[in-house]
Amino acid sequence: MRIHALAIRIVRQIVKDKRTLALMLIAPLFVLTLMKFVLDGQSVNPRVGTVGLPQQFVAALASDEVDITAYEDEASGRLALEQADIDALVSLRDGQPQVLLEGSSPTKNRSVMSALQGALEPFIPAELKPSVEFLHGSGELNIFDYYGSVLVGFFSFFFVFLIAGVSFLRERTTGTLARLLATPLQRWEIVVGYLLGFGLFTLLQATLIAWYATGVLGIALEGTLYMVLVMNLLLAIAALTLGTLLSAYAQNEFQIFQFIPLIIIPQIFFAGLIELDTMPEWLQALGHILPLYYGSDALRDIMLRGAGWSEVWPDALALVCFSLVFAALNIFALRKHRRI
Amino acid sequence: MPLSASEAQESAAPCISVDRVSRSFGKRTVLDQVSLEVGKGEIFGLLGPSGSGKTTLVRLITGLDVPDGGTVKLLGEPMPRLNLLARIGYMAQSDALYGELTAQENLSFFASLYGMKGTRLTKRIQETAELVKLSGDLGKQVALFSGGMKRRLSLAVALMHEPEVLVLDEPTVGIDPVLRKSIWQELDGLRKNGVTIIVTTHVMDEADKCDRLAMIRDGRVIAAGSPDELKSASGSATMEDAFVAYGGGVQ
Repeated sequence: MRIHALAIRIVRQIVKDKRTLALMLIAPLFVLTLMKFVLDGQSVNPRVGTVGLPQQFVAALASDEVDITAYEDEASGRLALEQADIDALVSLRDGQPQVLLEGSSPTKNRSVMSALQGALEPFIPAELKPSVEFLHGSGELNIFDYYGSVLVGFFSFFFVFLIAGVSFLRERTTGTLARLLATPLQRWEIVVGYLLGFGLFTLLQATLIAWYATGVLGIALEGTLYMVLVMNLLLAIAALTLGTLLSAYAQNEFQIFQFIPLIIIPQIFFAGLIELDTMPEWLQALGHILPLYYGSDALRDIMLRGAGWSEVWPDALALVCFSLVFAALNIFALRKHRRI
Repeated sequence: MPLSASEAQESAAPCISVDRVSRSFGKRTVLDQVSLEVGKGEIFGLLGPSGSGKTTLVRLITGLDVPDGGTVKLLGEPMPRLNLLARIGYMAQSDALYGELTAQENLSFFASLYGMKGTRLTKRIQETAELVKLSGDLGKQVALFSGGMKRRLSLAVALMHEPEVLVLDEPTVGIDPVLRKSIWQELDGLRKNGVTIIVTTHVMDEADKCDRLAMIRDGRVIAAGSPDELKSASGSATMEDAFVAYGGGVQ
């Protein structure tokens, strides 16, 4: 009954605060869209210069979406490379193909090399050709699919963290928290009321993001939308409880934003945008105490590998545990404002 | 005729008793062995300059804080106790309202925390709004309220659940003289209905309107009694002079 009243009040407040509502619902969609265009734009055709290559090889290369410029001799090709007119120079030395890469952009290096590989394929004898098959995604997964699966979870986490943190902080700075605590409301009822009130919007947000990312932006979805939604919701609830907990340690809104580099940014590193296997072991272990690590691990499994409950339940359990711990700590932290 | 303050006091055990209460934050002692008793149906004033410890004392009485030493008893039971909170109405120094919501939504939210609902809730909203002269503004968003209107709404929130004890921290700050007078009349009316009221103030002429009061300075009660007693005992004509005479003035 009292929890109900608290939850309804939060819903009313958010509904009336249109900008906050927009930040929570529209901003993630906006950033995801932007991200799609930015990442899709990266697949520019590589520009390759050639010097004295056999005609059939040049033809094979040209068919592979490569911009080709032929040069008279190696010196003029080199000059073009130095002026960054081309990304690579391919020549023959003693009958051996020689590749000189411009080298400053790893992405361009990779696209040149993969184009060359493709062009060389017809020259490999059939019996030496490896047969390539894909366990997941049949080779059409691009970089946005991979990042997108992580970002879907990240944006839920980030915006919910911010809004829940600031709302709970305001409750304290405006004195309404003291007033709530002057009523017979129990401390746990406040935390649960917040969870319910904001939970409604996080559910809305999770649904919107999951639908938009897969339905509109076309991020790969091997698993079910329902699973994406559940994991997104669990992640958002972890963000909600963490945000309200940490707001106890901020004096004003500005100090909430100071948590972004401390709490949010490090989580991105462990969310799978960067290969974890290359990190030192102690650093990898650090990732295991961060909610986003589990959330994005599960989302990646669901969206790219078609995982279901049987695969992602440990991640879901971890997120639930995080939320419970954060909520319990918050109930304890409220003791600062009222002992009973 | 309602009971006068002294009669009411004799008729029952003290409504609020504060016994040798101390509270410090770090090395700073904010309250030092404060004792006082408030009878049922009394308007009791806590008079003192800002920083004297009034708000800390009020927070101890409402159970928001716990003393380092001594005891606070409310309606015969030691504080803090959750079930007692339902019988207190508390109005803090800050207005503590939700600006995004309307006045009516604020009232109904806080009242529902005390378990009020249905027709009783609607009826009480009308009554209290009438009391603080906000009936015409119930549908307005609180963010658009003037300072005085917010103060009145804040008072209305404290009155919604018809508490037996009303704790008001600086209720008339920022309110114009006409409205201030009407608020004091309301407090008087509540007292006649048996409500015990504790008011903190640093305005000396408001202290005159209390049945009894305690003068507080640097976390100590320097004098307590009815306004007339305090004035005559110190041989002063005004509350202000009395406060200075008891050592409350700037030294």
